[in-house]
Amino acid sequence: MSIVKAASSRAPSSLAHRRKADPVKIASFAALLITTFLMLLPLFFMVSTSLKSKREMLKFPPTFLPESWAWSNYTEIFDTLQFGTLYKNSLIIGVLTVIGTLLSSALVAYGFARYRGRGNQLWFILLLSTMMLPYPAIMIPQFVLFSKMQWIDTFLPLVVPAFFGSAYNIFLLRQFFSTLPEELFDAGRIDGCGELRMWRTIALPLSAPALATVAIFAFIYSWNDLLTPVLYLSSSDKFTLPVGMASLTSSRFRIPPWHLLMVASVLAMVPIVTLFAIAQKQFVEGIVLTGIK
Amino acid sequence: MTVIKSESRRQTFYMYMFISPWLIGFLVFALYPILSSLYYSFTDYDIIHPPRFIGLANYTEMFDSELFWKSVTVTLKYTFISVPVQLLLALGFALLLNQTLPLRGFFRTAMYFPSMVSGVAMSLLWYWIFNPQIGLFNYMLSWFGIPGPAWLMSPDTALYALIIMSFWTAGAGMILFLAGLQGVPGSLIEAARLDGAGRLRIFVNITLPMISPVLLFQLIMGLIDSFQVFTQAFVMTQGGPNYSTWFYVYNLYTSAFKEYRAGYSSALAWVLLIVVMLFTAVIMKLSNRYVHYEGGGRR
Repeated sequence: MSIVKAASSRAPSSLAHRRKADPVKIASFAALLITTFLMLLPLFFMVSTSLKSKREMLKFPPTFLPESWAWSNYTEIFDTLQFGTLYKNSLIIGVLTVIGTLLSSALVAYGFARYRGRGNQLWFILLLSTMMLPYPAIMIPQFVLFSKMQWIDTFLPLVVPAFFGSAYNIFLLRQFFSTLPEELFDAGRIDGCGELRMWRTIALPLSAPALATVAIFAFIYSWNDLLTPVLYLSSSDKFTLPVGMASLTSSRFRIPPWHLLMVASVLAMVPIVTLFAIAQKQFVEGIVLTGIK
Repeated sequence: MTVIKSESRRQTFYMYMFISPWLIGFLVFALYPILSSLYYSFTDYDIIHPPRFIGLANYTEMFDSELFWKSVTVTLKYTFISVPVQLLLALGFALLLNQTLPLRGFFRTAMYFPSMVSGVAMSLLWYWIFNPQIGLFNYMLSWFGIPGPAWLMSPDTALYALIIMSFWTAGAGMILFLAGLQGVPGSLIEAARLDGAGRLRIFVNITLPMISPVLLFQLIMGLIDSFQVFTQAFVMTQGGPNYSTWFYVYNLYTSAFKEYRAGYSSALAWVLLIVVMLFTAVIMKLSNRYVHYEGGGRR
């Protein structure tokens, strides 16, 4: 898809305009500096506050940097919140969700992209329309269904649906698979490859950026999801990170443990930022794919 | 003739083989829940005892419920401010960044960064930022000599606080717009410039039509997302103070899983579904005239 290449770094500025000190550009630069400062300030305080002592936390105005660095906040959270358990649960659910989403979405997307079967268009439109289906609209019958299956207070309701594909990711991968050249598959067929084998040995290896994007989307979604685990998980040793973190604002604390709120937020961000740092390029390419129909 | 027929059969067979996971998932996790929640919405149902048919009683109760209308007002107000402003900010940032500027990569990453903190972590951070005694927001207002309000603690400002917070993640939309902008052929813009078109003309007559599919996509997804706000209400305000952040889905969640009124909540769910479909349909219909698809073909 040519869009992917076009998106890499080109800005449509003409040669004639490049050399002059363009007042519009200077103003743009200034505007960007100010907004970036405003956007990053909360993050800066999130990190610095996570390292302040309980007393310093309550100071107003807030200090920019901690007067004394309270690294012990980062161990305290593991005692107050069973943070290790929460983290582990969220990681397990996240990884299983990624595996399920990748497998199922890649299969389904391949089916839509490669075969002009009867009803292809109709099912695909249906798939797109499920992207608009709000989860809250279906969560009650799903809850009834899963409780009949005795799945309450297990990870299954959070993980199993991922193995049946998710509309957004199927759409993204279908767009990608459609751009793969037909000749590759002809060659595969001549070599006697079966359909599933072509999927595995031709389509998948060529789709690394798209698959990486899907993996990141799936992980972030699962990692941040609050509503589903709140519905299904009832014992505290099964809680996910968002469920455990949400309890920090509950009224059982007379004064909110501000330093722990920030520590939790910083630690919750770590896997997402790591993933993004590793796969930034693929991720942006993948977003480009979904953004343009 | 038979060759063609068997080829199309083969294609159909493999298509259904490959899409079967989604087909099953669609039937079990989407279609069945949609239909059964329609049925539940006409019953008195507490999830434990079997549902009892009560006709339209849930719907009449809903339309008489003060809390229902409160949740509708809160959600619509949030949506109608937050979604358009977020879109404008995202588009504005994208336009700024779609020039050759120093530090361009840094700006792009920095603006997108907050979107990675979404969810509960973001709610906790802003819970502190909006704290009237020690938070960052009122501290920054004090630089300009403005006395800050009580934000989340006052029914007058709590919803606005959440709206302001939503602007922080405009960077996610910015990335999409930026991708769209970079798909606009430079030759088109160059040609317009040679014809003497100014920046504004170029934007209105070329850039905007070219990125209109991205705009449409984001508008619809933004609306659907903001109809479903839950995390902020659950973590930061518990729907308060005085129901000022009683979002629709928070209301639905409370009646289903705190009061165990699955029948009534299913009626709420169906109203949500219909409203989302209506909004989407109306926007798609209106956009037919304005949205430009390359090559003239429309899906």
